[in-house]
Parts: sequence; C-alpha cells; structure tokens
Amino acid sequence: MSIEVRGLYKAFGSYVAVKDVSFAMRPGEVAALLGPSGSGKSTVLRMIAGLELPDRGQIVIDGVDSTWQTAETRGVGFVFQHYALFRHMTVAENIAFGLRIRKVARPEIDERVKELLGLIQLSGFAERYPNQLSGGQRQRVALARALATKPKVLLLDEPFGALDAQVREELRTWLRRLHDEVRMTTLLVTHDQEEAMDLADRIVVLNGGAVEQEGTPSEIYDSPRTPFVASFIGSSNRLEGRIVGGRTELEGQDLGWPEHVEGATAETRVDAFVRPHDIEVKASPAAGSRGISAAVVRTTRLGWQVKMELQLPSGRTLTVQCGKEQADALGVRPGDPVVLQLRRAQIFAHGAAALPDLSGLGAAARDISGLGGSATAG
Amino acid sequence: MTELASRPRHTRRIGALRLGVRSMVVAYLGAFVLLPLSAVLKVGFSKGLWGFAQAILTPDAIAALWLTLQTSLAMAAINALLGTWIAYALARVNFPGRTLVNALIDLPFAIPTLVTGVMLVVLFGPQSSFGLWFGEHGVRIMYARPGIVLALLFVTLPFVVRTVQPVLYEMDIANEEAAITLGASPFLAFRKVTLPGLWPAIRTGTLLSFSRALGEFGSVVIVSGNIPRRTLTAAVLIYGEIESGRPEAAAAVSAVLLAVAFMSIVLVENFQRGGLPRELA
Amino acid sequence: MSLREPGVVVVWTDSIRPSAAPSGAGVSVRPRGREWSKLARRAVLLGVPLGYLALLLVGPLIAVVRGSLADGIPAFFDAVTSPDALHAFLMTLGMSGLAIVLNTVFGVAIAWTICRDRFVGRSLLGGLVDLPFAVSPVVVGLMAMLLFGRHGWFGPLLKQAGIKVIFSWPGMALVTTFVSLPCVVREVTPVLEEIGLGEEEAARILGASPAQTFLRVVLPNIRWGIAYGIVLTAARTLGEFGGVLLVSGGLAGKTETATLLIYRQLEERHDTSAHAVAVVLACVSITILVVMDWLKRRRDRDLRDVGS
Repeated sequence: MSIEVRGLYKAFGSYVAVKDVSFAMRPGEVAALLGPSGSGKSTVLRMIAGLELPDRGQIVIDGVDSTWQTAETRGVGFVFQHYALFRHMTVAENIAFGLRIRKVARPEIDERVKELLGLIQLSGFAERYPNQLSGGQRQRVALARALATKPKVLLLDEPFGALDAQVREELRTWLRRLHDEVRMTTLLVTHDQEEAMDLADRIVVLNGGAVEQEGTPSEIYDSPRTPFVASFIGSSNRLEGRIVGGRTELEGQDLGWPEHVEGATAETRVDAFVRPHDIEVKASPAAGSRGISAAVVRTTRLGWQVKMELQLPSGRTLTVQCGKEQADALGVRPGDPVVLQLRRAQIFAHGAAALPDLSGLGAAARDISGLGGSATAG
Repeated sequence: MTELASRPRHTRRIGALRLGVRSMVVAYLGAFVLLPLSAVLKVGFSKGLWGFAQAILTPDAIAALWLTLQTSLAMAAINALLGTWIAYALARVNFPGRTLVNALIDLPFAIPTLVTGVMLVVLFGPQSSFGLWFGEHGVRIMYARPGIVLALLFVTLPFVVRTVQPVLYEMDIANEEAAITLGASPFLAFRKVTLPGLWPAIRTGTLLSFSRALGEFGSVVIVSGNIPRRTLTAAVLIYGEIESGRPEAAAAVSAVLLAVAFMSIVLVENFQRGGLPRELA
Repeated sequence: MSLREPGVVVVWTDSIRPSAAPSGAGVSVRPRGREWSKLARRAVLLGVPLGYLALLLVGPLIAVVRGSLADGIPAFFDAVTSPDALHAFLMTLGMSGLAIVLNTVFGVAIAWTICRDRFVGRSLLGGLVDLPFAVSPVVVGLMAMLLFGRHGWFGPLLKQAGIKVIFSWPGMALVTTFVSLPCVVREVTPVLEEIGLGEEEAARILGASPAQTFLRVVLPNIRWGIAYGIVLTAARTLGEFGGVLLVSGGLAGKTETATLLIYRQLEERHDTSAHAVAVVLACVSITILVVMDWLKRRRDRDLRDVGS
C-alpha cells in the first residue's frame, strides 16, 4: 500500500521532463505532487502507473520493484483528467471492466458494481452512457472504475482540472470523505495549491523536473525552503537586499537584525519573501525600531479584509493584508507615508537553493517576530 | 545510495502482438505498393535512360502526355471555380432539397468510371439532342477534347467541394455579414473576407482533382474516341502499348504519369501542414 | 448618396425611414428594387451550381436509363439476367468481397500502426498508403503484368507452381485490392486520432492486454469509420475497370466483371444491353451512395456526441 520513488529521470528526446525525483509515501496517506505546468509531475505519475518507463530510477510499489513492469500488471488505479471513460459502454460496464478482464464471476461483478455505484452516489445510473453524464458524474464513475479492482494505490492526474469551480469544490469534499472511508494510499497530481493543501497529508513540490520541498501543508506554507516554494505557495512579496557586516538590509534600509549571524561575514545578496499578512503597517516608526518606509498607493476593501498596495522608495510595490479594524485604526489614505515592520520573512541568499549555509541567519529568519518585538516599542 | 540501474535492454522490447502487427503492415505495404512501383520504374528504365527517352519522345507519346496535361489543367481550373461555388451555395444558402444535393456530390465516388463515360456519351454524344445542337454550331463535345474535360469534371467533382465545405462550415458567417454592414457588396465581402481563408482548401482540392484526372481511364476511353495525337490521353496510350506488346514503352509513360501524380500529392501534403492553422483563425 | 441596405439586419430609425416617393438625392432606399436584386443575386448564386450539377450529374443518369429502355422493358431484363450478365455480377461481387476482407483487416492494422506505433520510417507509411489513389488503373494493370505475367518477375516461379495469376481471377483480385487499399485506412486513421489514447491507457491500467484493449475498447470506437471505409471499398471495387481490363483476358463467362461486360457489349455494338447493365451498376452505386451518406452522418454524430 505504499509507494517509493527513487532518482527518477526521464527525457523525451532532448527535453528532460524529470531530472531527479525521489519521495516516499506512507500507507493510507494522501500525497500531492504540486507544481506548475512543465514541472514533470504528470510524467512522474504516469511512470508510477506504468504508462511511461523511466530512463533511470526506481519505483517500488508495496515493496515490489515495479520500475519496468508493464502497466497491465502493476495493480494501480488511475483517474485521468479527462475521465477516459469507455464511450461505448454503460456506466456499469465501465466500472465492471477491470473485473471482467480478471474473469471475476458475473454475480460477484454485479455485486461490486452495485456497491461502488452506491459509494459514488450514482445508484440509478448503471445503464447510462458517459455522454449522458455531467463532468462531475463522469469523474465519479472514473473513480469507481479505478477502485473496482481494489488496487494497491490510487493515482489521480489533475482529476478536477476539467471541471467548473463549483463542481471542483464539491468533488474535493467528496473525495476527502471517500478517502476517510476507504483509506487508500492516494497520490494526486495538481497545479492547484488550494486543492493540494485541502486534500493532502503531505505535499511534494516539483519544479523543472526536480523536488523543491516535501512536507505537510503547514510546513510548506510556513517554512518554504527554497525561493521557488516561497513564491509559488500562497502569495508573497519579494524584497531584495543584502546582508553586510552581520546585519540585514532590505530595500536599502537597515533593519538592524539579526544581531548576530554565523558564517556570513562577507556581503551576501539576498531575497526575502514576506507574506502579505506578515507585514505590519505603522503610521510612524515606534521609538528605537527600524522599519521600511513606504508610501500608500491604494487600499481596497475585500469583505472583512483590507488590501493595501504600498510603494517602496526603490519603486517596488508590496501588498499588505490586514483586518478592517486595524486598517481603520491606521487611517491612512493614498499618498500617506508609512513604516513597515516585518513580522516574519524567509530569507534566501542569491544562488542558494535552500538555507543550510545560513543556518544562523536561517534560524533567525524563520521567526523574527521576537527580534522585531524586542527592538521596537510596539 | 546504490547505483540506480538504467533501463535494462529487455524492456526496450515491444509486445509480441505489436511487433506482429507492425511486421504484417510493413510486409503488406511493401509487397503491395513498393514492389509493383519498383517494377514499373525498373522496366521503364530497363533500356536505360536513352530507351526511356525514346519511348517518351515519340510523337504519339508527347501528344498524349500534352493532351493529358492540358485537359487536366482545364478541368482543374473549372473545378476550382465551380467546386467552390457549389460548396458556398451548400454551406450558406438553405434551399429545399439541400440535403439531397449534398448527398449527390458524392455520386462520382460511387459510380464506376466506365458507366460515367457511357452516361456522358448518351447525353452529349452526336446522336443526342445536345450533341446535335452543338454539332450545328460546329462544336463537337463527345469524341473530342470537350468531352474529355467533361468526363474529368464529373469524376473529380467531389474533390474540391468536399475539401472546401468543412472550412466554410468552420468559418463564421458573421465576418461576411460585418463586411456587408460596413458597405461591401456580398460578392466583395466574399472575395475579401471569406475567400482568403478558403485558398488553402481550394488549392488542396484542386491539386487532388488534378492528380486524379491525370490517370483517369474508364470514362475517358469511352468519351474521347481515342484518336492518336488528337484525343488519345496518356492513360489510354499506356493501355494501347500494353496491348501491342510494348510493356517498356508503357512503363516509361507510366513513370512520367506517376512522377507528376506523386509531385501533386507531395505538394498537397506540404500545403495541408502549412495551411490548416490559418483557416481556423 | 444612397445608403446601402445591410445584408442581414435592418434597423430603421425615424430619420432613415424609407420614403414612399423616391427622391433623387438624400437618404432614401427602395426596398422593392432591392428585394428584386437580392432575389436575382440568390438565383444566380444557387442557379449556376444547381444547373451545373443537374447537367453533369443528373442529366447523364436519366439519359442512360432512357437509353437502356430503348428496346423495351423485356429486353432490359434479358440483358441483365443473361448467363453472361449473371456471371459478371457474381465475378464483381467476388472481387469486391475479397478486396473488402483483405483491406479491412490490413487497413485497420495499418491505421493502428500509423496512429499508435512509433518506429523509424513510420511517416513513410502514410505516403505509401495514399499511393494507390494516385496511380492510374491501367498502370496498376501494367504493374500486375510486370510482376506476375509470363515474362514478369515472378512469372517463371508461378509457372512452375502451376498458378495462373494474369488472365485469371487471382490477378484481378490483386488489382482490385490494390486500387481500394487506401479506403479503409483513410477512414479509420482520423477516427483513431480524434479519439485519442485516453481510453486505451485506461484499459491497460485496468489490466487489459493489448489484444483485449483492441477488441474491447478500440474496435467499438472505430466501427463507424470501418463501416464507411468498407462502403467506399465496395464502391471503388464495383467500378474497377482499367486494371481488370488488362489483367483479365476478357473471357466472357470466366473472367469478366460487370464493367468488362459493359465494355465488351459496347464494342460489339449491343448498346442497349450495355446501357442496361450500366443502369444496374448505377442503381447499386446509388444505393451505396445512400448508405455512404447515412454512415457518414452516423460517424460524425458518434464522434460529436461522445466527447470526453
């Protein structure tokens, strides 16, 4: 019931789709392969299913090395983005397909089909044809078809990509409930972060055919380990700056922290990623603290939130999100000067894929609220 | 981490079934298409390049090839015009019996070419009312060049119509209508708005009908009268040479016909690749 | 200055209402004159193509029917039920049937290979398949003779084996199969492309072997394409003439197809009989045409309805 993937590499002619992908799944968990298009996530999934064969690497399904096994014998379940239902068979025949191939007895097949139809809540639809179903219904049938043969693992390739937003939401909820019931090891490929965060126990972020980060949704969101993850997941503002003489300077302004940095003595150029809700906006700097000065460009009301667009002296614009009450208390109007204090930022040295070299800085960077708090009056 | 093996040789094998099908296909096409073709080419050049030239450059052969070219080109020009016209009428005008007429277009695909020839002679031959009327005005249709062009037009009718139709259906009539509201006459609107998008299809259809016409035999042998150097086409000449026991000459002329036909097909392939995206814009 | 009437939608505001009395200048439109010119335009647009079609397609059909009845109905029936005629029809049927079987089996295999298989030289296959359409029937006959005739490449071999290809039915069958080779392939290939790999991959993952995938998933999906291709093959082989003319030897009652019979009767100046047989062939062709049209619509509807 588990999948392990090691060092996968696949090229199509001169185009390398998958450079080096390794990860492992635990039995019964839902994992998501998340990444932009071209990240190789679908290729990885298809290699696990056996629809493509890797050039190098290893795929272990349930303890068995299945790397070079044909798709027919792997015993996985697969759901396609565009359903791929057999157009000339009824819903019941579609679901029964895998069982008929395995020469299961007729009464057993009928029983299982009935059971699955109930599971996907389409009990009266056995004799319908795919072209008589809506997109959401078709995908449910596709799922039932994949589950019919009780596969070891379930693979989903952007399963809701072809559906309307509302149907997508419904099916997402439904899939979560289904998984709670069936507890099948599930690997899901998607480019939709919300979907991944919602459904998955663990997320593997892919970019350009390689793994950027692997972790729980919170880990990925709160502690991105690479600039790509920081900018891809959620929304972030990107600030440029440098670390010189052990102090951090962002957007030309010395922030005074951290107080000490191990290892980084020479000047290092860095990128900082800050979430819109991790920026505090103040009308004037509190005594003794340092912040980044900026000017308000525009404020927009979005329900109970307020979105503020601010411009820095360097010309860069930032987006800040805060509650309505805070914004009212601030009472700024477009053009007003303000001071920004960063509660939390992920700082990456230029050229560094992750943080290990700047462990001291990194530790400081992950949570500077303490520093900021101690250095400022409020 | 241990060295991860690269894909083992044995997985580059293809399933037995797939291999079987592939070999069967290659064998079938090789035996059925390549083999006969090479036979013609080999025999056509069996007496060397000089022999080939000798066979081609007889007055009869030159006249036959030239006649074939002329009649096919004439037919292609007429077909391009009328085929497009028919396609346009079918696509844009909703008239009673349109479905029937549309189905009728495929008739030349269904009817034996020999029967086509027979029908045309009955309708336009010297004994018929048409033939007599035209004869009074000094024009011979059957057993003369016009008859050949007529037969070719019949046989290749669907080619242009059927390649232009789908393009017309895809096109939005709103574009033409917009042009009309801006002051253009319907014909101008057609010329400036619709026609540019149709050119690739017209070109393809015309080329297809041209290459089809080059080798047409069944209808031409009936309607043309087969007078050497006057109404003897290349295909009928080939037939004559075979019957007279001169297969090398026949093969030589065949080689020329084949070459021209293949060139047209190649052109069609090239156009299709470049032409299609534009039409859908 | 006069306003041109929009071709489609006309919106009149008070200021451009058509005036009852035509005026020389100013904004006025004559609806009646316009309508006539529109009608005339439509008449030309429709009239020319319809007239052309009537003259070229329908006229000859009617003419040949009339010609076949020139000696009366009994003579018509005699002509089409004579032993020679019946044998010729049987011959045509046999040749067609054989070509259909061969080209359907191989046609589907070829279409499959072109669409789904990947190997060096695959793109050549497409060109090879189209070749028979480009070759003149007499050249096809020539090819057959060059290969299997007495002095042909395989001539001596065949003579040793005692097999007669040219001037006998195998030769005719080969020619007939050759000329109709592309029919099924060209109809199945686009359907296979349109449908795409999805269902086949799904079947594989569900455990189906390549053979099972083909029989249970692919075949049902291409059935209308195959049907249409078969009908096209039937039409093409029914009318095959140039090639079989060379290869058959024209022995009445032995190696004569319907088309060859017509030709012989024309040569022997039995015009009415020739026309009678031609009419029979034409009727069969028209039936085939009707089936073709129906199948075409079925196939298009099938592809349209069942989108993914």
